Amino acid sequence: MRQAHSAWLWLAAGLALALTASPVAGQTPVPSDDEVNAIAKGLYCPVCENIPLDVCGTQACRQWREVIREKLAQGWTADQIRQYFADQYGMRVLDSPPAAGLNWLIYIVPPLAIAGGGYVLARTIRAWRRAPVPARPQPAAQDPYVAQLEEEVRRRS
Amino acid sequence: MLANLGFFSVLFTLLAALFGAGASAYGSLRRRAAFVESGRHAMVLAFPLLSVSVICLELLLTQGSYQVEYVSAVTSRAMPVYLRITALWGGQPGSLLFWSWLMAAFATAASLRRWDRDRDLLPGVTLVTMGTLAFFLLLVVGFENPFARLWQTADGLVETAMFAPAGSLPFVPVDGQGLNPLLRHPGMIIHPPMLYLGFVSFVVPYAFAIASMMTGRSDDRWIRLTRRWALVAWLFLSLGLILGGRWAYDVLGWGGYWGWDPVEIAALMPWLAGTAFLHSVMIQEKRGILKHWNMVLIILTYALVIFGTFLTRSGVLSSVHAFAQSAIGPLFFAFIGLTFAASLALLLRRWGELRGENQLDSMLSREAFFLLNNLLFMGILAVCFLGVIFPLISELVTGQKVTVGAVWYERITGPLWAGLLLLMGVAPLSAYGRSSWRILGSSIWKPAVAAGVVVAALALAGMRMPGALVGYGLASLAGFVALYEFGRGAWARRLRHGENLVTALFRLAARNRRRYGGYVIHLGVVLMAFGVIGIENFQTQTQGTLSQGEALTMGRYSLVYESLAEFDTPDGRNVARAVVSVYRDGDFLGELYPRRDYFYESEQPMSIPGVRSSLEDDVYILLVSWEPVGVGAATFKVYRNPLVNFVWWGGLVFILGTLVAAWPEREALPLAVARRQRPAFAGGRLR
Repeated sequence: MRQAHSAWLWLAAGLALALTASPVAGQTPVPSDDEVNAIAKGLYCPVCENIPLDVCGTQACRQWREVIREKLAQGWTADQIRQYFADQYGMRVLDSPPAAGLNWLIYIVPPLAIAGGGYVLARTIRAWRRAPVPARPQPAAQDPYVAQLEEEVRRRS
Repeated sequence: MLANLGFFSVLFTLLAALFGAGASAYGSLRRRAAFVESGRHAMVLAFPLLSVSVICLELLLTQGSYQVEYVSAVTSRAMPVYLRITALWGGQPGSLLFWSWLMAAFATAASLRRWDRDRDLLPGVTLVTMGTLAFFLLLVVGFENPFARLWQTADGLVETAMFAPAGSLPFVPVDGQGLNPLLRHPGMIIHPPMLYLGFVSFVVPYAFAIASMMTGRSDDRWIRLTRRWALVAWLFLSLGLILGGRWAYDVLGWGGYWGWDPVEIAALMPWLAGTAFLHSVMIQEKRGILKHWNMVLIILTYALVIFGTFLTRSGVLSSVHAFAQSAIGPLFFAFIGLTFAASLALLLRRWGELRGENQLDSMLSREAFFLLNNLLFMGILAVCFLGVIFPLISELVTGQKVTVGAVWYERITGPLWAGLLLLMGVAPLSAYGRSSWRILGSSIWKPAVAAGVVVAALALAGMRMPGALVGYGLASLAGFVALYEFGRGAWARRLRHGENLVTALFRLAARNRRRYGGYVIHLGVVLMAFGVIGIENFQTQTQGTLSQGEALTMGRYSLVYESLAEFDTPDGRNVARAVVSVYRDGDFLGELYPRRDYFYESEQPMSIPGVRSSLEDDVYILLVSWEPVGVGAATFKVYRNPLVNFVWWGGLVFILGTLVAAWPEREALPLAVARRQRPAFAGGRLR
């Protein structure tokens, strides 16, 4: 009887220890503000446009930052959290559109436009250098003062 | 009474503008000088007439006449008089009236110049300026009337109308709603007028360009006549952008000054086109080429001015700036399309007459580098334009809205800005006309070596970021080239005239203000580039919750949270103000007071940072949240912004350079006198 009693005591003590110890053993450290902001920086406030989530001062954004903290605590990666926000609130919460579908335009057009502009410029310059231009009177053949005078008159006309 | 007077003044100005545009067009087509002159008189009248409206609205704002809907929307009893005055541009209808008033001022100023030598340009200038003014006044009269009043109808409803609806009585609210809290900052008080001045003053060079094409002139007279207008426009636009950046830094509470917000970009786009134009016209003046291109650039600048106003005023975008939205978008859109198409059609008609007088002699000539400069500016402009309109395209095509944020802009425009810095270093040392690697190399090697020394010193000091090293190298090259040009010129004067170096330096700049003003502008850009590279690459930040007496450490700084007070102010705010002591390497630097203002009227919070500034860096603290006073804990976000003050100092130098470049040159002596004074030609310009 005494042995049974002590066995129960040991079991109760073991359970108590397990109950108190398990949260500590399983607890992940609470993600810091800096870790939360590192992800929030790449997201935009879903309600107030064009304000990154890490700097938005509204109550709603504070709550969304807490959502990020919770997800981080649960072991989610940054990409998973970004995807979660995109699924919940639409693509507009992402700081730049993912390179898919129509969005390819903003990744392809700028380099193409600049390369195209450079090509057009190079061709124009080449054509310019070849094109004959009506000969203008050579200032060197005149009195330098007269040449300068003509130039000034041309400027002021 | 005041509201009626103000409204009818706007109406009469609109009629005068329509008459001016119509009479000029008719006079020009039928060659009737009297109509052209009559149109000019209408242009003279525009400013005084519209001034009456502005004075009326200012009186209504300062008197607190809350029956006027605009007054009740942007002012309140608690607002000080200076804020009531600046509330003129605090909302949509007032902003449009203010825009029109500035436009009228520039139109009237242009009308009062001596037209004897350029009579043929007058009808075109009147048509464009009065046409633009008429469009904006049409918006004021028809859609965004700042004089509209509140009326209570018999069934108790409150309506807005200029004149009393049948059976209604005037409705006068006890108090107004007050100005948007974000706009109650000195930077924001000055920022919109500067931007508007920049916008409207670019209308004048555009008007002369159109007038020049209308008359079929192919010379560069329109450029010479409007050179200063363009510089002044550019000065105001630059000032507006810099002040806007300062406002964002002080008020928006996100630790930076430029967020690539669509409305910021709306102001940047005309600046980019205008900057390309200012560089490109120099080539036309010197070499008689790029006539088509300069027309394209000024047309583009004007279109972007209107487009920028459209973006901010039409409500097509929503952002922190879009405090005033209304349904005037389609009209704006039609106006932009119409003016752009008409301008291009005119350019195509005159294409033949605008052929260049010279050819490009060398790929290393100044003109070639300026063309490259234009390509880069246009590249950045194209990126900005795409970034602004893409969310709209996406929404139209896919129904899904997307955000194009700072990351995208910075990644794509970064190399283009770097290219511009490189050109700033190379182009000033290249010659007009013929040039070669040898000629260019002989002048650039000294500044290039100095820039290399800077990069080596930074690398030895531990800087390892390739982007930052390249950026600092290019900025240093541009800076040394500008200084080298000053030094070379002053030294030549010293040898020639026996002046001491300081006198030689000032006289050098005074003799050729445009050129040396340009170099001062380049120095300003270099300083700004140092700041931008610093904050973009080396900004650090942290956030933490502190109990009173606890410290947060960031690098060499530690910040101790001392206390927090919460109180109401007479102007309708609840203020939570923290006291934070700042230490560096253990040395006490001072106290900062980050605070959060909550405006009861608009239910809007505003974070005002506590900032400790030095040339090396800024410590920028924000109060993020706090527990009730007594419990004590508060959360702070802290940024260290290295070299950010170079942005503001660079901005000042930039503005100073623009003033030097725009300052009128001393009138040249008559030639006969000059010849008497200088019988022998000694090179250089005639004086």
